[in-house]
Amino acid sequence: MTITENKTTNVIGTRLLRREDPPLLTGEAKFTDDLNIPGALHLAVLRSPYAHAKIKSINVSAALKIAGVIAVYTGKDLQTTWAAPLPCAWPVTKDMKNPAHYPLAIDKVNYVGDGVAAVLATNETASRDALDAIDVDYEPLQAVVDLEDALSDKNIIHNDLGTNKSYTWPLLVEDTPGCVEEAFKKAKYKVKERYVQQRLIPMAMEPRAIAAVPQPFGGDITLYSATQIPHILKVMTALTLGIPEHQVRVIAPSVGGGFGSKLNVYAEELLCMALARKHNTPVRWVEERSENAQATIQGRGQIQHIELAADENGKITAIRVRIIGDMGAYLQLVTPGVPLLGAFLYGGVYDIPKAYDFSCTSVFTNLTPTDAYRGAGRPEATFAIESAIEALAREMKIDSFELRKRNYIKKEQYPYTAFSGLVYDSGDHLTAAEKAAKLTDLAGVRKQQKKQNVPGATKLLGVGMTSYFEMCGLAPSRVLASLNYSAGGWETATVRVLPTNKVQVITGSSPHGQGHETSWSMIAAEKLGVAPEDVDVLHSDTAISALGLDTYGSRSLPVGGVAIAMACDRVIEKAKTIAAHQLECAAEDLQFVGGTFSVKGSPDRALPLAAIAFGAFTAHNLPEGCEPNLEAQVSYDPPNFSWPFGTHMCVVEVDAETGAVEILKYIAVDDCGIQINPLIVEGQVHGGVVQGIAQALFEEAVYDGDGNLKTSTLAEYLVPAACDVPPITTAHTTTPSPTNQLGVKGIGEAGTIGAAPTVINAIIDALSGLGVKSMAMPASPQTVWKTIQAARGGKK
Amino acid sequence: MIPAAFDYKRASSAAEAISLVSQYGSDAKFLAGGHSLLPLMKLRLAQPAMLIDIGRVKDLSYIKDAGKHIAIGALTRHMDVETSKVLHEHAPLLSHAAGHVGDAQVRHRGTIGGSIAHADPASDLPATTLALGATYVVQGPKGQREIAAANFYKGFLESDLAADEMLVEIRVPKMQGAGWGFQKFNRRAQDWAIVGVAAWRRKNEAGVALVNMGSTPILATSVADALAKGASVGDAAALASNEADPQSDLNASTEYRKHLASVLVRRALEDASK
Repeated sequence: MTITENKTTNVIGTRLLRREDPPLLTGEAKFTDDLNIPGALHLAVLRSPYAHAKIKSINVSAALKIAGVIAVYTGKDLQTTWAAPLPCAWPVTKDMKNPAHYPLAIDKVNYVGDGVAAVLATNETASRDALDAIDVDYEPLQAVVDLEDALSDKNIIHNDLGTNKSYTWPLLVEDTPGCVEEAFKKAKYKVKERYVQQRLIPMAMEPRAIAAVPQPFGGDITLYSATQIPHILKVMTALTLGIPEHQVRVIAPSVGGGFGSKLNVYAEELLCMALARKHNTPVRWVEERSENAQATIQGRGQIQHIELAADENGKITAIRVRIIGDMGAYLQLVTPGVPLLGAFLYGGVYDIPKAYDFSCTSVFTNLTPTDAYRGAGRPEATFAIESAIEALAREMKIDSFELRKRNYIKKEQYPYTAFSGLVYDSGDHLTAAEKAAKLTDLAGVRKQQKKQNVPGATKLLGVGMTSYFEMCGLAPSRVLASLNYSAGGWETATVRVLPTNKVQVITGSSPHGQGHETSWSMIAAEKLGVAPEDVDVLHSDTAISALGLDTYGSRSLPVGGVAIAMACDRVIEKAKTIAAHQLECAAEDLQFVGGTFSVKGSPDRALPLAAIAFGAFTAHNLPEGCEPNLEAQVSYDPPNFSWPFGTHMCVVEVDAETGAVEILKYIAVDDCGIQINPLIVEGQVHGGVVQGIAQALFEEAVYDGDGNLKTSTLAEYLVPAACDVPPITTAHTTTPSPTNQLGVKGIGEAGTIGAAPTVINAIIDALSGLGVKSMAMPASPQTVWKTIQAARGGKK
Repeated sequence: MIPAAFDYKRASSAAEAISLVSQYGSDAKFLAGGHSLLPLMKLRLAQPAMLIDIGRVKDLSYIKDAGKHIAIGALTRHMDVETSKVLHEHAPLLSHAAGHVGDAQVRHRGTIGGSIAHADPASDLPATTLALGATYVVQGPKGQREIAAANFYKGFLESDLAADEMLVEIRVPKMQGAGWGFQKFNRRAQDWAIVGVAAWRRKNEAGVALVNMGSTPILATSVADALAKGASVGDAAALASNEADPQSDLNASTEYRKHLASVLVRRALEDASK
């Protein structure tokens, strides 16, 4: 027995380097644009320069004369091509308004970037030149840009709907009718705050890219797309184009980031497929960076009103939340559902009674559609409660950490049934927060702050914190049903031990930069007692992984990874019956350790998995009724969400003369349960924290009053670069999830959720001596300076 | 990100470049490091029919001690300006400023001549050379002429360079031990300055120039004059915007820019006075 006995039983928890990195770092990874597809035509999309306008006429004759241009299509030309409009899979209420949305606008454009015409050419330059040669006669209409304006219905965007309001979704939880109102009447302390979650552009490093390739004979078509959701895309493109689903194969090659922006079914995917079929030739498209800023979904875009009622000790007794959600011009795949993903989290990590009154009204604007962006609804919710609790502490004139301690759900209360009926499976907020405070040297910083923040000081020190809960591992299908989502939340996994004891894992999740292949291989290696490098992970091709629900909502480990572990269990179970048969013992007398089955108490009677795998392949000596081969498939529907939590703290120094904010240190203490690979966990936290800092300090999709995007290049849209990122200290506590066998919770979104309120709270803390009580995002130097000026009453 | 079609010629000497540009006239553009022109072309904001690549004209990349001044070839990369020992000794303000241009990749490609010829008021080196009282040497079909930096900048992205002329050398007077300060205020390290200040001071003599405070780099003569008359740094800095006419943009209103200018001029002068 010379195989991997005991070699790899402790794979989980090790800092294995990411197997994804060598091809990425050497440039050998193949992204969609790297695919060499002979004869492919290039698609270019003419986009509306107006946020709101009627299309009076389109003249394409000059464009057609350009050498290399094969065809130009308008929305009218393609009107009969579509079996259905672009899909929205989340009709959150029965009466939700959803305007018909086609890949090209037909007689009216509704945002700057709305597709107006499609050019096919033999080369990219000709396709781009043709865009300049198309003559469109627009009749501009009043653009609706502001959310509160939109709500007034003064100017209606979609006339057939008669209103700009898409839906109102309430969540009223009252122990006794009227108890929210009563709690506010009785409250010793109350705060009422308004926050604006600015629109953000996800800005994945790889913009979107597509190639649709008709297959020889029979009408099959393969769609390559830089997408997070090949499986959902397959179903949706089949329905939208009216193609039998089995004729569509979707492949996501290497995908360079998504952050939710590639969790969608886009016009260009349908255009490429439709035109590839029409011309019976491959059609490809690569998004330009500025196009990405306008024609790919944006994130956030909410106005939040939050009220807290508290008793004399600061114990929160009721919460009232009113949200206006910015849907943009149309509803994309899950646009209306984003605020709902946050709806349950406005109570944060606190012990809130059944006195919770939430309502979200979502409106259309003449802006790029919004949709899920890293954290989707949950960062917004966390920002609101974690900012409001600071406001409450100021109102009570007590330390905000002390106020949090009075309200934390206590460790011994877990599993905790929340006001909403959701069960929070595990948590220990105080331990994580105290760890963060220690790493921050909170006491020391407070001491230094007293010394430094004296009247007239230029450099003001501030410290901010956030204790968050995340609701992820999307999602139990029955909960999705209760929210009216059109699909389930399960995931599939197939585990196959090949005759030579190499392992194939096939998953329905679809990674796009996270390092999942590494993590998943570690799970299978740990389970089966093989080396991680002997585990191949196959994914993101619907011909290989037929069923799946893809990657978003921190689900790929707590749902996808758990499915892999379960499939491994089933493989082991089958292998055990074969081992028992060949060792002539009862299955229950066998133990499986380090990749070898042995009879308990007689370790020399043993069979390694390798021998069983080969035996299952030859099928020469299998127990009666046992099928050949060693493989198992699992569809796993999680019984609950997973609930990562933690506390983030940061220390900032604000230059009161210029408004510049410098983050001196950032501490993230996250609890995502058992960490499969701490290296990958830290990477996810780093990236997430930077994205949260970006919302707090740098990024905003700025529109003028006519709906023109003023930040459509990376010179204006300020994605922080490496040298703009502060030192980040990551640490963790470990509270395993009791709802899955791995004890894992997911970590993809946590950093983003914690960081924005942490930074903003720190800035307000630094400026509190000047009377500053709120800070808009992004807290640019100018915004900070103006806020200081306003607090000083205009006095310099 | 796909530029309009253009033709391309590579020049191996300044003379060849000038002969090419004379031939193609205003349809032609010089391509040096490409860090200003190529993004404009990719956005189709610039559509020159002819690019004359001067990036390989080797005899224009040098930094020489020429007695009273340092002579810098127009094609000298920012990284070479940043790390030059000659400049560290005789014009440390310029080498320091060059180290703040863009990011490391930009500094390895971009050239001092390209930056100055582009005449972007938001760039660091036009204002820095202006503060230092530099002279630019330009070459045209009829030979060379010298232009004082103070007379070079005519408007937004407009300079005294004729269409058939090329910037070949930048002459920076030696600073002779003057104190100096450089302030670049931006939101990300790689960005153009929202406001920038290059300043030097030797007893009552001073030079102060502002980045991104108008349609050209601005020489803050009121500040220098006040210092010459014995004003305090704080009082002089309050005059920072006298010659300026700053725009409002996403990062800063006119008012905020003026406020920043006086804070940053004060800080730069404080550094220069150390």
